[in-house]
Amino acid sequence: MSGEPRVWRFGDDVDTDAIAPGAYMKFGIDRMASHCMEGLRPEFASSVRPGDVVVAGRNFGIGSSREQAPEALRHLGVSAVVAVSFAGLFYRNAMNLGLAVVVCPRAGEIDDGTTARVDLANGRVELPGLRQSFDCEPIPAFLLGMLRDGGLIASLKRRLHSVVTP
Amino acid sequence: MTDTNRPRTTLAQKLVANAAGVAHVEPGEIVMCKVDLAMSHDSSGPRRVAPMLEALGARVWDTEKYVVVTDHYIPAIDDESRSIVQFTRDWVKQTGIRHFYDGAGICHVVLPERGHIRPGMFIVGGDSHAPTGGAFGAYMFGIGATEMLGVLVTGEIWLKVPETIRIEWNGRFGDGVCAKDVMLYLCGRFGMDGGQYQAVEYAGEAVRAMPMQERMTLANMTTEFGGQVGLVAPDDVTFEYLRTRGVDVDEAGGWDTDDDASLRARHTLCAPDLSPQVAAPDSPANSASASQYAGQAIDIAYIGACTGAKLEDLRMAARILRGHKVASGVSLMVAPASARDQEQAADEGTLKALTDAGATLLPNSCGACAGFGQRFGEDARVISTTARNFKGRMGAASSRVWLGSPFTVAASAIAGSIVDPRALLA
Repeated sequence: MSGEPRVWRFGDDVDTDAIAPGAYMKFGIDRMASHCMEGLRPEFASSVRPGDVVVAGRNFGIGSSREQAPEALRHLGVSAVVAVSFAGLFYRNAMNLGLAVVVCPRAGEIDDGTTARVDLANGRVELPGLRQSFDCEPIPAFLLGMLRDGGLIASLKRRLHSVVTP
Repeated sequence: MTDTNRPRTTLAQKLVANAAGVAHVEPGEIVMCKVDLAMSHDSSGPRRVAPMLEALGARVWDTEKYVVVTDHYIPAIDDESRSIVQFTRDWVKQTGIRHFYDGAGICHVVLPERGHIRPGMFIVGGDSHAPTGGAFGAYMFGIGATEMLGVLVTGEIWLKVPETIRIEWNGRFGDGVCAKDVMLYLCGRFGMDGGQYQAVEYAGEAVRAMPMQERMTLANMTTEFGGQVGLVAPDDVTFEYLRTRGVDVDEAGGWDTDDDASLRARHTLCAPDLSPQVAAPDSPANSASASQYAGQAIDIAYIGACTGAKLEDLRMAARILRGHKVASGVSLMVAPASARDQEQAADEGTLKALTDAGATLLPNSCGACAGFGQRFGEDARVISTTARNFKGRMGAASSRVWLGSPFTVAASAIAGSIVDPRALLA
């Protein structure tokens, strides 16, 4: 990772067509992800760096069941999405794909370009430059475990392997 | 324990408890549910789940309980979409999936018309509009492909028992007002997170008076309203629909919400007061009375999608269009939601009313609603019966989409600009 993780700010009701545009759904994730958010911030996909944090308002991920939406953000290296609230379907998909999604009621106070770190275990967003931190809703332990494994498939594989006896 | 001592519960709680195999569930509780049926389409289905099944060395838990439909990449317009559709066909054959509907229409309409959905069932669909099945009193919701994999391997899924938001419409809707207007109104009033990923239940005299396909529109757009499921308690209308599709149904299911069940919210609304609604770009929540957008010029009127081109939707459009012509410079496109609906529309003369007015017929598929194939061009001004008008979804980023009912879209096609359709019904 180069540099400090920065915040990319988005508004309310960011929809799955913005995150994973339909016209590119037929392609693999590499090409799909290169169009992530292009209708809202054309520079996002090419400029976002591994570790960066997406911050948004209410109802992030409204729309489709397409899991290419969280997959694209993860593919670009986004370490977490912090939002006031999430669309339920997107929330489940993100966790399953290993993308951390964090509910933070005060996400609206976090500015674009700020350096931010998300402490999943303690449920906090830290803004070291501003010496601020915001509380987030804690993620249940079983979901934290799945995130650490890298998502549902990775978690299933680990579980299947750990019970296999020769 | 006698019935009178039972906790009073919602329809959603009863459906989830049944799937979880327990007598009672409380909202907020996380339970494991047995899945009665799983549905996927060509975009979220085999092309996504097959590689994961292979990686896990796993098989589909019950090939009789997995229904696959091609609709998103129909018609296939290029090599990528052709290969997705072909992969789907090959995989269902190899896997032994018997319930495969190829080019028969949009999954959310095909499943009920082929008798797959019955009251009391617990169903997952690999598409956000899967809640459509809730119109039949089934607990049906959308999931992503990875969760679908989990279901296909285990036949189960976890669920947080939802609270219920009950929406009751008293009285009857006026002529020219329909389910699409209801949902655009609700999105506008409560926002696209109004449903809070809970169960939304539609009730009241005006809902009881709706035919099944109108109830399906309510349940379908519960997604835009932000609910996990959109439910209508089954009644004689439901049973009659199922009987005509040859479904053997137990009418004594008790699938309804108890009178004094605890709810997250109850909204009592006056049906006669609702006017035709239009949602302006780029959100279904940008809705207001159609008259407020009157005069907005349009280039394209689009009647399509699971939410807007079922037989009932085509009938509404035909009532408006009969004896009229589409305004010059406006293109009216109709993509009937299923082949069967189109057949019946043809038999009864509904389709002819549309084509006589100048409509172009498109294939029975998701079409421009998904925006995966043919898309609207630069700067196109569109009024559409579809579910979402997010920026760039149906066409170029510069295209603009207003959402309205089949009545409103048809009337606007004749006028060449957005109009309140009720004048044409007088």
